[in-house]
Amino acid sequence: MSAVSLPAPTLRRRRRPRVLLYLLMSILAIFFLLPVYLLVITSVKSFDQVSLSRMWDLPTSLSLESFGRAWNGNPREGVSGLSGSFLNSIYMVIPATVISCILGSLNGYVLSKWRFPGSETLFTLILFGMFIPYQSILVPLVQTLSAMKLYGSIAGLVFVHVVYGIPITTLIFRNYYVGVPTELVEAGQIDGADFFGVYRFILLPLSAPGFVVVAIWQFTSIWNEFLFGLIITNEPRIRPITVALQNLSGSQYTQWNVQMAGALIVAMPTLLVYIFLGRYFLRGLMAGSLKG
Amino acid sequence: MAQTSTQNITIAQTKRRKRWLNRDRLTAILLLSPSVIAIAVFVYGFIAWSGYVSLSNWNTLTPDYSFVGLKNYQSIFSSGRFQTNIRNLIVFTAFFLISCLVLGLLLAVLVDARIRAEAFFRSVYLFPMAVSFIVTGVAWRWMFTPGDADPAGINLIFHGLGLDFLNGRWIADTRVWPDWYPDWSKTKIGVPLAMIPVVVAAVWQMSGFTMAMYLAGLRGISEEIKEAARVDGCSEWKVFRFITFPLLRPITLSAVIILAHTSLKIFDLIVTMTGGGPGNATEVPGLLMYTLVFSSNKIAEGAAVAMVMLALISLLIVPYLINSRRSDVEV
Repeated sequence: MSAVSLPAPTLRRRRRPRVLLYLLMSILAIFFLLPVYLLVITSVKSFDQVSLSRMWDLPTSLSLESFGRAWNGNPREGVSGLSGSFLNSIYMVIPATVISCILGSLNGYVLSKWRFPGSETLFTLILFGMFIPYQSILVPLVQTLSAMKLYGSIAGLVFVHVVYGIPITTLIFRNYYVGVPTELVEAGQIDGADFFGVYRFILLPLSAPGFVVVAIWQFTSIWNEFLFGLIITNEPRIRPITVALQNLSGSQYTQWNVQMAGALIVAMPTLLVYIFLGRYFLRGLMAGSLKG
Repeated sequence: MAQTSTQNITIAQTKRRKRWLNRDRLTAILLLSPSVIAIAVFVYGFIAWSGYVSLSNWNTLTPDYSFVGLKNYQSIFSSGRFQTNIRNLIVFTAFFLISCLVLGLLLAVLVDARIRAEAFFRSVYLFPMAVSFIVTGVAWRWMFTPGDADPAGINLIFHGLGLDFLNGRWIADTRVWPDWYPDWSKTKIGVPLAMIPVVVAAVWQMSGFTMAMYLAGLRGISEEIKEAARVDGCSEWKVFRFITFPLLRPITLSAVIILAHTSLKIFDLIVTMTGGGPGNATEVPGLLMYTLVFSSNKIAEGAAVAMVMLALISLLIVPYLINSRRSDVEV
């Protein structure tokens, strides 16, 4: 008798907090999704449906006009769209990500499996580079890039993102390779593999998750970056998409539907990466907090 | 006899040296060197260069490296604008940090409560991290546009919920609370109300990251310790207060470092949401540096602002880096 009645009160006691728990979590989820709701409903409204007092209302009819405006701009008013900068960002982000991955992987390999006196100190000194405010290097950077004939070019942006990406990519790969048993490396060396042999036949085949984490991390942060994009591009023709969005939202201040459509276009690539590869994105995020 | 022993030593020495600096290790060092040189030049060299610019007279379009000592620092620190910037930075950092930690911990505890749809909620709380600050700024700027005649944006939601007393001017609010203006200060001391929307947007973006950090910490705490405490008659709250919470302290420290350094560097979000306005009510050093250098041609003063930012961040990061490396070596 008592054995049967015992679970009942515990169950009842547990149920009510569960409901409250879901309620609280849902309210918080609404806070996080509110801007998404606004972006989506506003971007599919036509301009005459957009007004401050009805901004939260669902659209009465669907219109993709704002996406066209955001993408193509309005040549008559001298407003350039996002299409060109979208391509600029692609041209910037792909080479920068690929080079970053290769560099980071090799650096991580050296700093984990070929340590030398002072290599740990060197690593710490490299890591400092990912925390500095870029304002503290901007003036020399502009001067140097001009001297290198890289200022105001996508190649310049690629170069800058690769250089300032060295600390984080090295960190992620180093921490990843530290987890690969040194015995494997030694076994490879006994079998006659040299530096590149060990890398090619032992580390590289195990590196796929490391490459995915670093590629996603670099893709996301370079795509979303703003300060370098703003400084290093002196003309609209080559500016990346974040800078273009900022300009679009400045020039079409009242055309909220165009702004929101533009914001969605900018957010889409990284959001897709997050939706499909969120696990790896999270790993990169945690690596940034040093503890791996 | 003696000769052989010296010979042996030399052989042993060369052998050891050979083993150390062999072809592979040389390759390793050579391979690392481009990155090391790049960091040496583009991080340390450029910082030194900027530092020198901040001590120079370069406040016109053409470079002028003549040494003027701390003049630029004196002029920025005594300007009301920079003092306002520092005030804004302190306010932003304090509110941002505390809100992210509290909300992040709350989210982590909720997600960790073994609920259904855990993955869904976790993804929803974390997705803003994947979005650019510029996108965040564009979306939240509109939500915090007060509207002139009728309530707009967030005010409209408050109106709908019957919470009209929360109605505010948000990003257009010029007030500072409390309105304290002592003789020794060239700026009003207090919270610039226009900073609140910026903090909300920043917390929206970064609290999920704090949650992820705490979640990793919570998952690392063994269930046995907690169970032992429960057996001893501890309530869930006491388990959290006396076991979970103290064990999360290293996570809190890491989170504070990461969040604080992000907030000291904040630039993109402010540019998009308020552009530093109204007036200079939300301007921060990251933005002031940009304006000084790229709009006003006050290169040296801008460099001085950047050096102050770097100093603040270094105070935070250097001890953390040294410490985390030291503990890392043991692993």
